[in-house]
Amino acid sequence: MADDHEKSPSGVSRREFLKISGIAATVPLVVPQVVEAAGEKVPVHGPGKVPMSFTINGKRYNAQLEPRVTLLDALRDSFDLTGAKRVCDRAECGACTVLLNNKPVYACTVLAIEAQHQPITTIESLSAGGKLHPIQTAFVEHDGQQCGFCTPGFVMACKAFLDKYPHPTAEQIRYHLNGNLCRCGTYKGIREVVAQMSGTKGA
Amino acid sequence: MAEYKWPAPAERTLIGKRFSRVDGPAKASGRAKYSYDYNPKGLLFGKVLRCPYAHARVTSIDTSAAERMPGVKAVQVVQKAGTEILWQGDDIVAVAAVDEPTAEDAIRAIQVKYEVLPHNISDAEPPPGAGEGPPGPMSEDDLDDALSNQVPEAQVISRLQKDGVAFQVTDDMVKELKGYGVPDTVINALKAAPYHPEAANQQRPPYQKMAAQTQGDPDKGFSSAEVVSEGVYGASVITHCCLETHGSAAEWPSSDHLFVHCSTQGVSGLPGQYAQALNIPAGNVRAHQDNVGGGFGSKFSPDRWGIATAQLSKSAGGKPVRYMLERDSELMTGGSRPSAFARVKVGAKRDGTVVAWESNSWGTGGPAGAGSPPIPYVFEIPNQRKQHTAVRTNQGPARAWRAPNHPQAAVITMCALDDLAHKLNMDPLEFFTKNLDIAGPRAPIYKEEFPIAADLMGWKQKWHPRGDKSDGPVKRGVGLSMHTWGGRGHAGDCMLTIHPDGSVDIKLGTQDLGTGTRTAILIVAGDSLGIPMNAISLNIGDTMYPPDGGSGGSTTIGGVSSSTRRASLMALDQLFAKVAPTLGAQPGDLEARDGTVRVKSDHSKALSWKQACAKLGAMPVSVTGKNPGPGNLINSGVGGVQMADVSVDTETGIVKVNKMVAVQDCGLIINLKLAESQCYGALIMGISYALYEEKILDPVTGRMLNPNMEFYRLAGLRDIPELVVHMMTDPLNDNRGVIGLGEPPVVSPGAAISNAVANAIGVRVPFIPLTPDRVLAALEQQQKAGA
Repeated sequence: MADDHEKSPSGVSRREFLKISGIAATVPLVVPQVVEAAGEKVPVHGPGKVPMSFTINGKRYNAQLEPRVTLLDALRDSFDLTGAKRVCDRAECGACTVLLNNKPVYACTVLAIEAQHQPITTIESLSAGGKLHPIQTAFVEHDGQQCGFCTPGFVMACKAFLDKYPHPTAEQIRYHLNGNLCRCGTYKGIREVVAQMSGTKGA
Repeated sequence: MAEYKWPAPAERTLIGKRFSRVDGPAKASGRAKYSYDYNPKGLLFGKVLRCPYAHARVTSIDTSAAERMPGVKAVQVVQKAGTEILWQGDDIVAVAAVDEPTAEDAIRAIQVKYEVLPHNISDAEPPPGAGEGPPGPMSEDDLDDALSNQVPEAQVISRLQKDGVAFQVTDDMVKELKGYGVPDTVINALKAAPYHPEAANQQRPPYQKMAAQTQGDPDKGFSSAEVVSEGVYGASVITHCCLETHGSAAEWPSSDHLFVHCSTQGVSGLPGQYAQALNIPAGNVRAHQDNVGGGFGSKFSPDRWGIATAQLSKSAGGKPVRYMLERDSELMTGGSRPSAFARVKVGAKRDGTVVAWESNSWGTGGPAGAGSPPIPYVFEIPNQRKQHTAVRTNQGPARAWRAPNHPQAAVITMCALDDLAHKLNMDPLEFFTKNLDIAGPRAPIYKEEFPIAADLMGWKQKWHPRGDKSDGPVKRGVGLSMHTWGGRGHAGDCMLTIHPDGSVDIKLGTQDLGTGTRTAILIVAGDSLGIPMNAISLNIGDTMYPPDGGSGGSTTIGGVSSSTRRASLMALDQLFAKVAPTLGAQPGDLEARDGTVRVKSDHSKALSWKQACAKLGAMPVSVTGKNPGPGNLINSGVGGVQMADVSVDTETGIVKVNKMVAVQDCGLIINLKLAESQCYGALIMGISYALYEEKILDPVTGRMLNPNMEFYRLAGLRDIPELVVHMMTDPLNDNRGVIGLGEPPVVSPGAAISNAVANAIGVRVPFIPLTPDRVLAALEQQQKAGA
């Protein structure tokens, strides 16, 4: 087996580029099979590993992954971006929320192969350089977290929500932030985060 | 010698104030690492094949195809052919592979055959006379059950003497029981109990009726009662549903040394459990955990899958293997809260004085049955008779669930009493207050709390006799409940070192479940040493640090705050001895305040903290503070009162909570902000189990129907109403010392919400969760009764 955990976070330098090419050379390059479906020619990837390339938090990441691998597992297992969590694994709880094209998605139900060539934003980018994003500071101040396992997903959901609705109504808050679940019971703090960030009364 | 006590309220610089959690930035930024995030190079991925049947015997296992698959590095049979499996989802075979998809493929390639056996998953009311036969020899499960469920000592001893045991009593077992504080009288009876090996494999009946317990004279009590209320009440089985599922990563740095990252509530307790299962010395096991994504009572053991993970790693040459339960496995096998139901008869004088109680209760904790909930709860009703029937089922095994048995006991007791108040035509607030004289040792606390809660809720304005008479389908009502809990601090050691350069570090083998343990330790140390919290380096979550008890039963805050306080004062003693000559004073005349060490009576005679520590010379001061230890720093037993305001749509059966109030005592409070957070969280978790959560099993197949987070419903942000929390900080509370808070506030929401629903719609919905179907069924019954 080839090394499945080769991490190639950047394809910018020549050295990195050669390294990536080297890996590719050790695995027989799979040329997508082309089949005809509904009268159109469609390339089929897999079932073995195929080269994939991502733009995550503004940086290029490359990996050899099977087409069945989810974006969440690619982020966590291949690129060690472990902020997004796998909790329900079927788009019910929001702990894996990341932004794809600036829209929040459940990374557990997006295939990695489909997330290529689109900007991906994860929780790690929000405090790049060590300084917390104001939303994150508000999570700390209002104690919108206990065990913290749902927190990265909630922070991303709040950010996407506030970007879209800078001055939300109470009903908008209740509706749009109901896609993330917390077990410790931190919703009161999270509502206060949104209230503070939007200058509204909250839900 | 230092005097081991808490500083007086006016002298506290940090204790009792409001602080954000110190690990908040790490969590909010996604940098906080959990066992599930441990991701070393070369990590192998575990998967487990699980039994699809609720009751079966494994007849054959063929792993050969999986072993031949490229990328599969280890295969471990967890329960071999011939084993009887007692619940769906139990572990059969584990594999480790280079990536998760390969591990999944390997699981699919394993052939396991089963003999399917008849299952019982029903915890419906036992038929009359069920479980009355002789119980037969005690199994290990029976014993665990009796010991952990307040069965009186004498009863356990007499059962051991009369019926004997179906298992061999080993020295290890005795040692373990002693470690749990089981009294010698019980241990001696266990050692002397007749051993019946033939009973081990006998099929046991599903019902086991426990001996009736009687206090006072129940018959006389009921004949003196002027009003008697009868009803049935209860709470269904729910799960823990930790967001970080159970699991671990294991590796062997050498052939007899194990290193685990385990998602746990008890780091220090892990090595012994791994050592026993893997036959290596406990000292060769290192366990580490930075953060845990929820436990709620279900994470104290490495579990079958954790031991299998360590075995897989060993077979793979010591390479790290990580296995965390899948979501469905977590809900099926990661722990559940036992159900408890009861038929209750309770009687009172016309003036509201409660005089008699009778209950027949039942419930299931899975294969081991379940113990009796502590009913009647809080109230020491003078005349009572109660009997409990444990129901053994092929539901997954029960685990301690935040405040074990108390939420169920609160639902049964507080709803029965609320129905009695209704029958007496009394406002429940007046009725409960009237009976506080029999509310046990916390009665004075409840007496203070009820008026505060009533005021915060607006009870007087909101309460009405049963049945909201207003027009329209949506009815509104209020309800209340009360609760207690022990919460004495557990045993633990805190190692504190003051270095000559002025730096301070603290090491404890404790863990922070998100309750704010790290923050509390730093508050106590900072306040005691007179230096800021961020001047102290804190290390927890590793067996390399001094042992600290498991975080269960609200025992952590008392344990770590007292051991840290003692360590701080001990270290200051040594520091003062070195500094005193320079300041021309006796060590006993010094204090550490505001970053200085100074003479108490003359603050101009002072050294900065750094200058003072420099007097240590080359050697640091290192001390270990212990709990238990000298001085009365902690206590046990808290009281809390909660009120709920709900709306019920009588056309759809949907219940919506409008407001909840919690008034809570927990002795001396270390961090007011995070103490309040515990209460807010408990109210939210309480709304969740009162209205939505239920482990639903299919009677035909015995399988769980909702092992996911769509149909095993947790409350979402939209479901949460206005929440008001009031912490009691009077001298009455503060003087008692530190007491745990994790459990108590989660006890009452089920009962308070159920009572509010009864107040709104005029009829009792007997069981929680109060799902629309149950609400509509109760309304229909009421209509039929009225027609």
